[in-house]
Amino acid sequence: MKLEDKKRVLREMVVHRRFEERCYQAYIERKIGGFLHLYPGQEACCNGVMEAARPGYDYVITGYRDHVHAIKCGADPKEVMAELYGKETGSSKGRGGSMHIFDVSKRFMGGYALVGGPFPLAAGIAKGIQMKGGDEIAICFLGDAANNQGTFHETMNMAALYKLPVLFVCENNLYGIGTAIERSTAVVHQHKRVCGYDMEAAETDGQDIEKVYEAAKVAVNHVRSGKGPYFLELLTYRYRGHSMSDSRGYRSREEEEMWKQRDPIYILRDRLIAEKAMTMADYEAMEKEVDAYIENEVIKFAEESPEPKVEELEKYVLADRESQLPWITGKAA
Amino acid sequence: MAEIMYWEAIQRAHDEEMARDPLVICMGEDIGVAGGTYKATKGLYEKYGPLRVIDTPISENSYTGLGIGASFLGVRPIIELMSVNFAWLAMDQMFNSAAKVRYMSGGQLTAPCVFRSAGGAAHQLGAQHSARMEKVFMGIAGLRVVTPSNPKQAYGLLKSAIRCDDPVYINEHELMYNMKGDVPDTEYFHPLEGSEVTRSGTDVTLFGYNISVHWNLKAAEILDKQYGISAEVVDLYSLSPLDREGIRKSVSKTHRAVVVGEEEAPVGVCSEVISVINEECFFELDAAPVRVNSALVPQPYNHGLEKAAIPNAEDVVAAVLKLFGKA
Repeated sequence: MKLEDKKRVLREMVVHRRFEERCYQAYIERKIGGFLHLYPGQEACCNGVMEAARPGYDYVITGYRDHVHAIKCGADPKEVMAELYGKETGSSKGRGGSMHIFDVSKRFMGGYALVGGPFPLAAGIAKGIQMKGGDEIAICFLGDAANNQGTFHETMNMAALYKLPVLFVCENNLYGIGTAIERSTAVVHQHKRVCGYDMEAAETDGQDIEKVYEAAKVAVNHVRSGKGPYFLELLTYRYRGHSMSDSRGYRSREEEEMWKQRDPIYILRDRLIAEKAMTMADYEAMEKEVDAYIENEVIKFAEESPEPKVEELEKYVLADRESQLPWITGKAA
Repeated sequence: MAEIMYWEAIQRAHDEEMARDPLVICMGEDIGVAGGTYKATKGLYEKYGPLRVIDTPISENSYTGLGIGASFLGVRPIIELMSVNFAWLAMDQMFNSAAKVRYMSGGQLTAPCVFRSAGGAAHQLGAQHSARMEKVFMGIAGLRVVTPSNPKQAYGLLKSAIRCDDPVYINEHELMYNMKGDVPDTEYFHPLEGSEVTRSGTDVTLFGYNISVHWNLKAAEILDKQYGISAEVVDLYSLSPLDREGIRKSVSKTHRAVVVGEEEAPVGVCSEVISVINEECFFELDAAPVRVNSALVPQPYNHGLEKAAIPNAEDVVAAVLKLFGKA
C-alpha cells in the first residue's frame, strides 16, 4: 500500500472504531434500540479488502454487522447513525435499523439479518453483472458461522458452476454468536471448505491491513478478470460480544487481551510511526479530531433529525402504485 | 383468439417477454435442456441459451436467492419452483429477502422477480407432494400473490407479473397444465389485482380461485338445473391483495356466500375471505357465510382416501343447499 493510502486508511479505521464505540454509548443511553452488532477488532478486514477493490463501484453485501461496510463503500456516517436512531434521514429512512443499512447509490446492497442469507443474493448480484456485461464484481462479507448454513454450500456450488464474478470474504472471528468455532465446526480454517467446489481460496491474517490488502488484490484481480469466484478467509476477532446482550461468558479475558495486542489500528499506527510517517502526537491529535467529528456532526445530525411520519407507515411495502398501474389494472396497451 | 393449453399459455408469456427484454431470464430445476416438468419453458433453452435459461441444481432456497439478487440489478428472473412443496425451502429468500428488501431499504432496492410453482393435489402424489400453500404466501407483506384458473389468466398474469416492479408469486395447479382455453392472439396483460365474475347469479355467491373455480362452475350448473338456485361464481385470481370491493359487490347482490378452496380450512384463504365479508358487508348477509375445504390431514396416498380428502362440486352443492335449508 502507498504511504498516503495507509495514512488515509488509518484515519478511516479510527472513524470506524469511534463510530462503533459511540453506538455502544448511544445504545446504553437507549437512543439506539433493537439489536446492535459492533465491529471493533475487525476493521482491517473490510478496509483491506475494499482498498483492493473499488468502493462505490463494486457491489458489496453483508450480514447484520454492517455499519462499517456501508461507510467504507461511501455511505455518509451521519445517515448511518441517523438510521440507528430510527430517523427519517437515516440511510433506510428509519425502516431498517442497525442490521439493515443500505446505500444503493454507493452500491452497498445492504445488511441482512438471516445468517447466511446474503450468500445467494451476492451470487445473484454477480449474475446481474454477468447479464449486463460490466467489469464490476460482487463482494460478500460474512462471518465464519454463516458457513454452516445450507446457503453456503448451495451458493459456492452455483457460483463456481456458473463462473460468477463474486468474491466471498469470510471474516473468521472464531465465534458464532457465543459458540467457539471448534465447538460448532469440524474445520476451523474456513477456506478449506470450498475446495470441494474447485474454487480458488486463500487465508491470511485479518489484523494486519497490509496483509489483507495484498491477499485481496490477488482475489479481486482473479474475480475481475473473469476467472470465476474466489473465497478469502481473514482471521480476526471481535472485541465486543456478538450483540449488546452478550456478556462474553464463553471466552476468557486473557484471550481477549491477547487479541487486543494485535489490534488492527495499532498495528498500522505503530508501523507508520516506525516509518517516521507520523508521530504519536499526530495520531492522538487525529483521534481527537475524529471524536469531535463524530460528536459534533454525526451524533448531532442523528439527534436533530426528524422521526418518520406515522402516516407513512405503509410507504415502501410495495412499489409506487401509480407507476405500476398498467400491470395492476391490465390496461397496458 | 386461439384455444391453447395452460402450459402453452405460460410458455408463450415467457417467450414473448424474453424476446422483448434481454434482462428477462428464467431459472429452475429441469427447465432448460429437459424443457420443464410441466413443459412451461419448452423450447426456450434452444432459443435463448444457458445464460438466460438456467438449469439450477436442486438447491431451492439458494437459486431463489440468486434470482432475487440478480433482480436487484434490474434483471427480471422468472423463478420456477417445480412443486410448491419445495417452496417451503425457498421461503427464507422469498420472504426475508424479496418481500422485505424494499421496506427495509427505505425504498432503495426492489426485487422485481416472479416466482412460479405448481401447487395443489394431483393424482396420488402423497403427503409431501400435494401441498396447498397459497395461504402462507398471501400473509406476507411486500409480496403479490396471483393464481390463474385458466390459460388466459395463466398467460396474462405472467406477462403482468414480469413487468411489475413488485415480487409476484404465481400459484399454478398440477392438474391444470393440460386444460384448454381461449387466449387472445394479440399481447394481453391480465390485471394483477381484482376478481372476475365468471358466472352471474342472484341467490348465492360461490367464491373460489384456481381449481375451485371449476368446481364452483359445475356446482352452479347443478344448482340451477336441479334446484332452481341462481349461483354467482367469483374468481379471486388475486389473493394478495384480495379484491375487497369485488367481494362486497357480489355479496351485496346475492346476500349469501360459500367460499371454496382446495386448501385445508384453518388459517386459510377462505377464512380470510369470510373475514373480508364480515368487515365489508356483514349487514347484507341473509345467512352466515360458510366454507368448503379439504380435510385437515397430510394428503393420503390411497386413491379413495385422497378423493375423500379433497372437496368437489357435490360438496359445494351440499353446502349451498344447507344454506337454503334444503338439506
